[in-house]
Amino acid sequence: MSEPTPTAATPGRDSPAAGTPEPGAPAPSTPAPSTPAPSTPAPSTPALSTPWPARGTARPLRAVLRLAVLAVSVMVSVAVPFYLEGFWLQTGLFAMSAAIGAIGINLLTGATGQLSLGHAFFLAVGAYSYVFLSTDLGLPTPLAAVAAVIVAGVSGGLFSPIAGRLRGAYLGIATLALIFVGQHILFNAEPVTGGFNGRPVPPMELFGLVFADTPELVVLNVPFGSLERLWFLGIALLAGAAVFARGVLRGRPGLAMNTIRDHEIAAGVMGVPVARYRAGVFVLSSMYGGLAGVLVALVFQQVVPDYFGMLLSLDYLAMIVIGGLGSVAGAVAGAAFVSLLPQLLTRYSDALPLVAEPGSGGVSPAEAARILYGAAVVAVVLFLPGGLAGLATRLGRVRLKELRWAKSAPAPASRR
Amino acid sequence: MAVFLELLVNGISVGAVYALIALGFVVIFKATEVVNFTHASLLLAGGYVIARLHPLIGFWAALAAGIAAAALVGALVEFLILRRAHVGSRGVLAIVTIGVDILLTTELTRRIGTEVLALGDPWGDRVLRLGPVTVAETRVVALAVAAALIVAFLLAFKFTGWGVAMRATAEDAETAALMGVRLGRVSLSAWAVAGALAAVAAMFLCVFPTPGLDRGTAAAAMKAFPAAILGGLDSTTGALAGGLIVGVTETLMSGYQSELAFLGRGIGDAAPFLVMIVILLLRPSGLFGTKEPARV
Repeated sequence: MSEPTPTAATPGRDSPAAGTPEPGAPAPSTPAPSTPAPSTPAPSTPALSTPWPARGTARPLRAVLRLAVLAVSVMVSVAVPFYLEGFWLQTGLFAMSAAIGAIGINLLTGATGQLSLGHAFFLAVGAYSYVFLSTDLGLPTPLAAVAAVIVAGVSGGLFSPIAGRLRGAYLGIATLALIFVGQHILFNAEPVTGGFNGRPVPPMELFGLVFADTPELVVLNVPFGSLERLWFLGIALLAGAAVFARGVLRGRPGLAMNTIRDHEIAAGVMGVPVARYRAGVFVLSSMYGGLAGVLVALVFQQVVPDYFGMLLSLDYLAMIVIGGLGSVAGAVAGAAFVSLLPQLLTRYSDALPLVAEPGSGGVSPAEAARILYGAAVVAVVLFLPGGLAGLATRLGRVRLKELRWAKSAPAPASRR
Repeated sequence: MAVFLELLVNGISVGAVYALIALGFVVIFKATEVVNFTHASLLLAGGYVIARLHPLIGFWAALAAGIAAAALVGALVEFLILRRAHVGSRGVLAIVTIGVDILLTTELTRRIGTEVLALGDPWGDRVLRLGPVTVAETRVVALAVAAALIVAFLLAFKFTGWGVAMRATAEDAETAALMGVRLGRVSLSAWAVAGALAAVAAMFLCVFPTPGLDRGTAAAAMKAFPAAILGGLDSTTGALAGGLIVGVTETLMSGYQSELAFLGRGIGDAAPFLVMIVILLLRPSGLFGTKEPARV
């Protein structure tokens, strides 16, 4: 889908390093923040120790390739609404929303190593805040969307006494409380949440363009309904979210986060304010969750409490493991995999063996999808460390590696 | 007062069942440092085997089969997956157990479907009257069995070779290995034990007053997580205390729901988690958990 979009940020950063191909020459203009190798989502980066020439020769080629991929993906994503039907657009929009949410939890769980089972709660906060702020308080919808993201961030901040102090397993289970308490509130605070039946979501209105079916709009002979219009909003939001997260991961905060993940005490010794960072990443990740919630609410046009349960949180963890922990591309790939799989199976259930039509007693497509991605999580950890994104990087690097290691040194030390 | 006593007794007996689940959870954590999210599906697996087999071979044989099956599933998860997953952090292993849980729970709930499966237990819906207090017989049995099992395990931890190996591993896995403790066996047995305990707990969670095993049973198992955490993940005493706290809180809150109407319906389900949050705010490693002396 639109994985390569985040590459928008790369060419500019790559160019200074590409200009200094002398072996051993330190790049004075680019200190610590630029050290993580490009397109290296893997936790520890073997490329750190690679000699300059190999990278130097590869870079211009890679940059050109990236530009091409970027251009193609932009063209494809613009063209999609003109060719595909509503079903696929909706599926794609779900995948985009999932990708935004997954980027958020990948910052927290993948890059910083803080296990969170409460991500669905922040999606709920985003979705319901948007509805409440725009319907009940009468805020203009774009403002309500921004405010909803902020509300999600604030609620993440309120959890920071816990998020900043608890470690690993304790934090994971403490965040489980968010789900159960959140569900309780969603079902019971009826004036705000509408209780069991939820509430309708008002369509977004941006610069006079309403993201709904009603004022008819035809572009190039294609009727543009709400899904077609939301498609572009979703692409824009996802691209923005991805670029921002990439910036965070590649800059000093990203290094600090990875250090906290790898060794908390060492991080503290080196001057990283650990508790503040952990609380901060938690807030950032919940804001991503809130944004994903707003988008999913706009696509659904109705928010219901059931959707934001435990299973959704587990889905998000499955996404980042399948896609690859700690990278933006991994989050996007995993989100696409987990949210497209059930739709694909539903669509082609009659053509697939072992998958029955919904309601006919056999394995339903939704169940088959869950079983498949549960298995995918296990398979990825057993056979494919680094996930889908790691696989892509490895495939891309195989030839370079051959060049590099053919002459001398043994293979790089295994990751931890 | 009678109502309060009744609720308290019920709460303690439910709490004892939660303590069984939490104990399995703690045993796995002590032996392998993995947070086992597969626990809910181990429980479901045990309950499912009991429910399906009891018409064929009678309740007691079915119970034994269920315990064996859940222990086997637990051991297989450890042997086939966790032992072979070479990942850096324990957090990733926790997510792996979530993957296994998704897999198993989906398949089991699919098999259960919309049915409510009876377990065919011999206690039925009989109740005991102790003065003004009425308690279901199943609850009394649950309390007795759970207490017996927990005591047995505490003793086993102290006095058997297996228990010593387990504690040594929890203390320092590398040193234990150097002293001749077989880590593989320790973790395999920990998973099997946890599975067996979960199956026993499943049986008590599904008998009267609960209608039976249905797809919601796994959610009930989720309450053992706050139980394990608020007691302290690496403390067996903590599992016991946590189970009781969660059980009593839940039962009291549900029992006095009409008085607590301002908190909303179904507060009993959310209450254990609120208690957990409060306790964790005060003691980040739980009531009895070991504090990691990490200061910078």
